[in-house]
Amino acid sequence: MGDWRDDQELMVMEGRIKVPYDWAAGTVGSRYLRSLRDDKKFLGTKCPRCNIVYHIPRRNCPDCMEECSEWVELANTGTLVTYTTVRMQHPTLSPLPLPYGYGIIKLEGADTGFLHLLHEFEDSQLLEGATVEAVFREEREARILDVKYFRPLGGVK
Amino acid sequence: MEPVAVVGVGMTDIRKERRTDSFADMIFEAVQKALGDAGMTIDEVDNVITVSNDFFDGRTISSMAIQDACGSYNKNITTVEGDGTFGALFGVMRVLSGSYGTTLVCAHQKGSESESRLITNAMFDPIYERSLGIEAITSSALQARAYMNRYPVSEEQCAMVSVKNHGNAFKNPIAQLPLALTVDDVMASPYISDPIKLLDCCPLSDGASAVIIANVDRAKKITKKPVWVKGLGFCCDAYHLGDRDLSEVASLSQAAKAAYAMAGISDPAKEVDLVELYDAFSYMEPMWLEGLGFCERGEGGELTASGKTAMDGELPVNASGGCLSGNPVMVAGLNRIIECVLQLRGEAGEHQAGKVKTALAHGTNGPCGQSHCVWILGGDK
Repeated sequence: MGDWRDDQELMVMEGRIKVPYDWAAGTVGSRYLRSLRDDKKFLGTKCPRCNIVYHIPRRNCPDCMEECSEWVELANTGTLVTYTTVRMQHPTLSPLPLPYGYGIIKLEGADTGFLHLLHEFEDSQLLEGATVEAVFREEREARILDVKYFRPLGGVK
Repeated sequence: MEPVAVVGVGMTDIRKERRTDSFADMIFEAVQKALGDAGMTIDEVDNVITVSNDFFDGRTISSMAIQDACGSYNKNITTVEGDGTFGALFGVMRVLSGSYGTTLVCAHQKGSESESRLITNAMFDPIYERSLGIEAITSSALQARAYMNRYPVSEEQCAMVSVKNHGNAFKNPIAQLPLALTVDDVMASPYISDPIKLLDCCPLSDGASAVIIANVDRAKKITKKPVWVKGLGFCCDAYHLGDRDLSEVASLSQAAKAAYAMAGISDPAKEVDLVELYDAFSYMEPMWLEGLGFCERGEGGELTASGKTAMDGELPVNASGGCLSGNPVMVAGLNRIIECVLQLRGEAGEHQAGKVKTALAHGTNGPCGQSHCVWILGGDK
């Protein structure tokens, strides 16, 4: 008789975890998201001690832990700090059709970058320091995706 | 620091899929191997640390579900959700506390049983980032691009890392993915997210590992071949990617400096004989080598191209094949430590990289190397 380990039918339990969550954005995050929805404007917060403007806005300065008490209105344009073009569609993760990209974008008026989508571009337009502009949705719901994506200023040349 | 030693190590082999094993089965194998390696029984283990990730395991408090397999009944147990290097770091601290003579640290992971890209997407902020679809590969692509834009490191040089490490894996019986590749093969593999191509990426992997850490008195009684912890350093950077300069390695440099200072190392390039580092993507190897101070910023690609990091080079890096040849997340850092231990004992078999007196193991936690942990290990106390 052979070893029982060699002739096993190996069983696998299939499952799916689907749990609803409600993530609170907090007072700072809520004001930021409302501003995207109502005014199509990005807001940052400024550390009174370090004079750094954080975008996305932070309640406190991560460097000195001071409360970032001042709100600063930022431009809808900024520069690309780094970028990537996505070449493989993922059935559930990809929010846009290929080709789309990701960029770390430093908005005019901010000292830190933030992550968002890139679309409507030629690869040659993705350069460090290139100017990009936000494209807002018509129907906005106070979500980060109220901004559909960023594109090179003026679109595809 | 009081002398602390690694006295026993055990690894399962790393596979794409282990349908023969449950999580507990893998842990049992790794722990039995570590106990056998140390010549210990479970009764001699004073406390246990388990390392795992709930999202990957698909159960909450996953680190508390393998107790029957790691022998922790009626023992003090603590858990770490992070790379294995951090679990083992905590293991050292438990021994240094003076309350425990020995600590068993074990880690497990199955990349095969879930959707890794959905899980790594979930490490990003649910308010600002997650809905954008960013995950481990696309975020690493942002870092790779920033690094290559800032410094003269090329995609070809990163491809050489992949060629080297997959080649080394042929000599390591536990490696998952030995591949005979050329730079052209890597360069011709499809882009997933520029500049990262398929063959720049680690595979999804299943595996488990265990190490046993002991204070000086217990170590001397347990084994004739202790490997001593000479230096430890760890440092964390910002969570939001936009807050960091992704081309830089400030937190790694700081972690490395702390580890070198503790180990009394002033020139790592001369004093470290072998490195095992976290290379989930090929660009990480030159970048982390720069952060670890083995060359100037921007010279990491050239370090690979020169052959110095090959198994028979001056500074073998990832002689085991690295994470590129098998990356059970969480377990990966523990494996870097174990590979260094085997090399220091001269027991690495076919992938033994000559005589190794001082070795460096490195692990990371969080997106794009947010947090780093650096270990200096040596055969002499």
